Amino acid sequence: MGRVIVITSGKGGVGKTTTTANVGTALAMLGKKVVLVDTDIGLRNLDVVLGLENRIVYDIVDAVRGNCRLKQALIKDKRLENLYLLPAAQTKDKTAVTTEQMVELCEKLKEEFDYVVIDCPAGIEHGFKNAIAGAEQAIVVTTPEVSAVRDADRIIGLLEAAGITEPKLIINRIRTNMVRTGDMMGVDDILDILAIGLLGIVPDDDAIVISTNRGEPTVFDDNSRPGRAFRNIARRIEGEDVPLMNLEEKQGFFGRLKHMLKAD
Amino acid sequence: MNIVSFLGKFFGRDSEADASKSVAKQRLRLVLVHDRLDVSETIMNSLREDLISTIGKYMEIDKDALEVSLSREDEGVALVANIPVINVKRQPDSVKPVIQAKGVGSAK
Repeated sequence: MGRVIVITSGKGGVGKTTTTANVGTALAMLGKKVVLVDTDIGLRNLDVVLGLENRIVYDIVDAVRGNCRLKQALIKDKRLENLYLLPAAQTKDKTAVTTEQMVELCEKLKEEFDYVVIDCPAGIEHGFKNAIAGAEQAIVVTTPEVSAVRDADRIIGLLEAAGITEPKLIINRIRTNMVRTGDMMGVDDILDILAIGLLGIVPDDDAIVISTNRGEPTVFDDNSRPGRAFRNIARRIEGEDVPLMNLEEKQGFFGRLKHMLKAD
Repeated sequence: MNIVSFLGKFFGRDSEADASKSVAKQRLRLVLVHDRLDVSETIMNSLREDLISTIGKYMEIDKDALEVSLSREDEGVALVANIPVINVKRQPDSVKPVIQAKGVGSAK
């Protein structure tokens, strides 16, 4: 029996889909059989982040309504043979899947897969309730901004009320130089406020934009810093004790000089 | 970074409190006090009940007119209770020391 993990945030645009694609791919790279489920009906995106948009025939709504067999709706990844995507429906109504159908779907998927990773839509409405319905564990993604942390706090409360205790936090898009100058909340500041366990930190990096342009998750790139961060997260999910990566960028002589002068 | 802020940092004028991170943290704390209470009506109700039972040992109060709310101040959030007193008892109901319950006071 596999684990069902939902990736959620409340606020949109903090990197849920990127996180789902990369954490899921990294778990598959560790040899696990993984299915990524896009539950953002009407705003399908996980397919493009994974570069699988041209292969979609059936979607999640077809699968739960029995228009096709579940296996027919699962799209095999181009690069990893143990990674699959169940895409969201793009044209159907966002209430096309019921909560019961979602629970049943997760039950079926976890018989087949080691990990069922669910990409949750933004918001706290029907789509959110569906996405968390079949999940046993949750990963909350936030960025070091007031609005994102506030929404994360709300989501943590809703997850706990729904019986998903001890969600884990990923802090995305950290800009080390801004944290250093005191113009961005750091990891400790956010943990202090949200009081939940930290699963990982991901630096803000151009590599994400480039990898999304290409439809290739950044975890495939050995030189990508966010790629390394997501691979670390996957190993932690697998129970390995991996230290947090050092987000300090390599600096040249002038960078170091500037840093020294700035040091408080 | 412009030269003025660079020099400011150089001469150590950029104190922790001035940094926008501290502003963000302070604002978040305030907004979350409200958010968390809005989400959980039960916290306010149970606080209300506890207040009534504690104060009730010492004085007779108008339970129906009792108001408990949070008010936002400049620097923080205050718990404001308006409790009409009807009568004050000569002696408290219980002279035994109250044993403090464990695990109270969690922010969540």
